[in-house]
Amino acid sequence: MIDIQGLDVVFGHGTKTFHAVRDVSLKVEKGQSFGLVGESGSGKTTVLRALAGLLDRVAAVSGSMTVAGETLQQQRSQAFRRRVQMVFQDPYGSLHPRHTIDTILSEPARVHKLERIEERVVAALEEVGLDASFRFRYPHQISGGQRQRVSVARALITDPDIVLLDEPTSALDVSVQAEVLNLLMRLQREHGLTYVLVSHNLAVVAHVCDTLAVMQNGEIVETMSVQQLRQHQSSMPYTQQLLTASLGYDRSAIDAFEEFGR
Amino acid sequence: MAESPLLCVEDLHVTYHTPTGMVQAVKGVSFELGREKLGIVGESGSGKSQTGRAILGLTSPGGEVQARRLEFQGTNLLHADRRTLRKIRGAGISMIMQDPKYSLNPVMTVGKQIEEAFLIHSNDSKREAYARTLAMLRAVKIREPERVYRAYPHEVSGGMGQRIMIAMMMIPEPSIIIADEPTSALDVTVQLQVLAVLDDMISERGMGLIFISHDLNLIASFCDRILIMYGGQVMEECKAADLQQAQHPYTRGLLGCLPRLDGSQKELAVLQRDPAWLDTQGSTS
Repeated sequence: MIDIQGLDVVFGHGTKTFHAVRDVSLKVEKGQSFGLVGESGSGKTTVLRALAGLLDRVAAVSGSMTVAGETLQQQRSQAFRRRVQMVFQDPYGSLHPRHTIDTILSEPARVHKLERIEERVVAALEEVGLDASFRFRYPHQISGGQRQRVSVARALITDPDIVLLDEPTSALDVSVQAEVLNLLMRLQREHGLTYVLVSHNLAVVAHVCDTLAVMQNGEIVETMSVQQLRQHQSSMPYTQQLLTASLGYDRSAIDAFEEFGR
Repeated sequence: MAESPLLCVEDLHVTYHTPTGMVQAVKGVSFELGREKLGIVGESGSGKSQTGRAILGLTSPGGEVQARRLEFQGTNLLHADRRTLRKIRGAGISMIMQDPKYSLNPVMTVGKQIEEAFLIHSNDSKREAYARTLAMLRAVKIREPERVYRAYPHEVSGGMGQRIMIAMMMIPEPSIIIADEPTSALDVTVQLQVLAVLDDMISERGMGLIFISHDLNLIASFCDRILIMYGGQVMEECKAADLQQAQHPYTRGLLGCLPRLDGSQKELAVLQRDPAWLDTQGSTS
């Protein structure tokens, strides 16, 4: 479904350049979930944004990307923009504060000239567990978890095949995170969606994904199945350190932590 | 505990008067703190941060703090005058905030800020302050203390910024540190390294720590004892090691909705909130 080969992203010009992503290749099959994990600055979000076509104006993006058989050009096709949707980290920043939920949800449908917009809006809200009365509220009138549900509904409006998830639950309380993760899993089953999930939380990635790639300094250091992750079968010391760290505080383990080149 | 506690909180209430009515952020919280690491865990709006701030008298204007007892080593913090409070803040109890980017002065070098914290609480010379500051930077495991001394906050990384905060809070040698989500903005490995620094200093100096966080796993592995808060009240208190055996349905619910690395759950449990938790608990605790 998604095939990225040799992706490079460089920000800046001349002497002040920053090589954010180096030679990243990955493949995601239809209906699968692929996780990208790594610490801040490792380039995981940049890979996602490059795939979505959000970087072409601000960075030099090279490499080949194919989605559902279509080789991506710098100017993404209308079909790609309908087929691939994104959910962002911050439910507070990603919804227009002066638009009602109805406007927010119907805009992508209007852009793609879809029919029966009102029906679609109501159906999308229902899919994410919100009733139709939410349509005429503003984002500040609903809770963080409900906002993230609206963001998911907005992604579903255009009947996408692929949803790119950028830290979709890291701004939420754990109880709300559980609800949103359950929602995402159910939607994937029912619609056969393909997910690419970016997260720093290994447990979340292990819960949602089938395969994951560990990124560090713009490179993929290791690609492994979630089974391997659960059984701590990792050959790379960097991955092992991340695993140890995500198990909680252990005073004796910390002195063994290494700095991985920066 | 044989020795008398450092801090004693009994029936603490924090109430905000807003145009739309009263908001009770903290409703009857009681606990004692000895030379130990006490964790306060809860979701947003549980009153955990308000509890920490009320102890130091940092409740924002418009908020009202009431308590049957709020004592720090025999001093009543509720009725203390501003001079006494100023002495206690920093030298007796100090606080580490979440984000060093916002809590450090951006136009003052790191070294000067740490020195200032030291000089306010002592009559030592500037020379002594300089030596102490460098020693403190070394103690929080900063490799080039002389360079960092002259750096401005924007020139250091998040992890180093938080070590600097720790150095600044430790230098007046307080008995209690209140840390409000001190490492939530950091990457996991850096987070643990910063906590190790804090842990070592606390056990070496025999201090008390109140560690406020939303991260159940982290608190369970880092602290000795845990208070679980919900809706401004303490739902349950338990030893950190016994968290997995916690009884209260709220605690069980929180534990259940965490995705786990080791086991594969098909579906995460969803927390069912029971309004009865708030009423019964409030009158008994």
